Amino acid sequence: MTKYIRDFIIEDNIRLNTEYFILNIRSEEALPDMYPGQFVEIKVENTDGVFLRRPISIYGIDREKQTINLLIQKAGKGTTKLAQHKQGDKLNIIFPLGNSFTAPERKGKVLLVGGGVGVAPLPFLAEYLVDKGMEVEFLLGFRNSDLLVDLKNFEKYGKVNLSTDNGTAGEKGTVMDNSVLKEELLPFVKVYTCGPNIMMKAVAAFVEARGIECEASLENTMACGIGACLCCIQETIHGNVRVCIEGPVFNTKELIW
Amino acid sequence: MVNTEVNIGGGLKFKNPVSTASGCFGYGYEYDDFIDVGRLGAIFVKGTTGSKREGNPYPRMAETASGMLNSVGLQNKGVDHFIKEIYPRVKDYNTHIIVNVSGSTVDEYVEVTEKLSDLEKIPAIELNISCPNVREGGMVFGTHCPSAMMVTREVRKAWKRSLIVKLSPNVTSIHEFAKAVEGEGADSISLINTLLGMAIDAKTRRPVLATVTGGLSGPAVKPVALRMVWQAYHAVKIPIIGLGGIMNATDAIEFMLAGATAIQLGTANFIDPTVSVKVIEGIEAYCREHGITDVNELTGGMISD
Repeated sequence: MTKYIRDFIIEDNIRLNTEYFILNIRSEEALPDMYPGQFVEIKVENTDGVFLRRPISIYGIDREKQTINLLIQKAGKGTTKLAQHKQGDKLNIIFPLGNSFTAPERKGKVLLVGGGVGVAPLPFLAEYLVDKGMEVEFLLGFRNSDLLVDLKNFEKYGKVNLSTDNGTAGEKGTVMDNSVLKEELLPFVKVYTCGPNIMMKAVAAFVEARGIECEASLENTMACGIGACLCCIQETIHGNVRVCIEGPVFNTKELIW
Repeated sequence: MVNTEVNIGGGLKFKNPVSTASGCFGYGYEYDDFIDVGRLGAIFVKGTTGSKREGNPYPRMAETASGMLNSVGLQNKGVDHFIKEIYPRVKDYNTHIIVNVSGSTVDEYVEVTEKLSDLEKIPAIELNISCPNVREGGMVFGTHCPSAMMVTREVRKAWKRSLIVKLSPNVTSIHEFAKAVEGEGADSISLINTLLGMAIDAKTRRPVLATVTGGLSGPAVKPVALRMVWQAYHAVKIPIIGLGGIMNATDAIEFMLAGATAIQLGTANFIDPTVSVKVIEGIEAYCREHGITDVNELTGGMISD
């Protein structure tokens, strides 16, 4: 897949809560094909202590408007700077990067499990899977009700099951404690997960043990994002591979984690 | 018109002084979507060893003030894989493909070199005696002068084309190493490789890199690199390829003024995959603006009043 470097214009910067915001960015030229799970690398301008680009998952795209939505968590200096951008500002983007999630071989119900900012690639994935005739259900975990994202963007594709650590929204506990995993797992033909490693590992172990295929999208510290530097390595049954090229999406059976 | 051709020694000429550093530009094709890599003076491909190496465990990278630390550790699929799978893909680029030769032992360096000798379209090798991220070999050769001389001597016997030796900055007197490898038959030297550094996460009280230490690159190292190029320039007669934190044409010109005949772009490629072409164009523009008709006039052109 061809990669591009291009300036985008910020159309909107929507603050969701104290940590999360959505950047809606527009390209002057038509967007190339992009697939769920892929990411972009954003250049952060003039920020002390920020040297490298920031890899951010694609939250959604609008081909007609030539826009990409990015759901971002303020985690450090780079993302804090991005949060301050205003409508009309320019961002230099390298995209689309990485591989993508794959649809199950047979039609049926799929579960998309996200934790924190790891929910970012899931609406785009849901759109893709619904288009392929799948029935989508979400299981989303957040620390508390103050840190929820816009759930309507998920609900339009399928039922949303919610967990928060303190029980202020949805069920109390982690996604692993959610009743959807206990009662209704067997109908799912495939499970997708993105979030903290500890969560993804638990999800993968649980569903693999029940013979269900699982794909995880990994986060990793990256430098180039285009396969040149070999910094963002994941150990797999095929050896050390680049998360930016061979990933970020992996069949969890291939991971040594 | 500005003459941009530079002579690297051992019969090797670059059509312009701009090349890309080993480990920072993959095998060239990673950048095909962004630029015509054929415009480069040369591409120095990833460090290549005798057999496949998985490199160091994750995490291998830490962002630092104006730079980054890496501890990749020469991950590569080995010289046989390079010859069979990669060489056919890169040999017809309209630029020189130079292989960075790495190893743990002198025998491994020689083995890789001998195998590469059969490849017609590899006009030069860059002998990597300066990788800070492998436990054996690498920098051990580059920080001990007699070892640097020995490995250069043995590889020189096995390699008839242009031989570039990449020096480590993790030494007290860079000029001694420059002179020593010149004496053993190096056609040119490239410097600097990364500076040994480390990072600690105060929150967790743990090292950021799995290997604790790693190699520092980026603009943070530029003044050190520039100084070492200048010192080496006054110590040797062979051409110098300068690198270390070059981010734009002005940086590149500074390295040439300090004594470099050509330059390599490393970490800059990670932030702007088109930077190499911008530097080629920027150097030409500088020459035109300053009435310089031959880019070689820049080399060692720093004015000391």
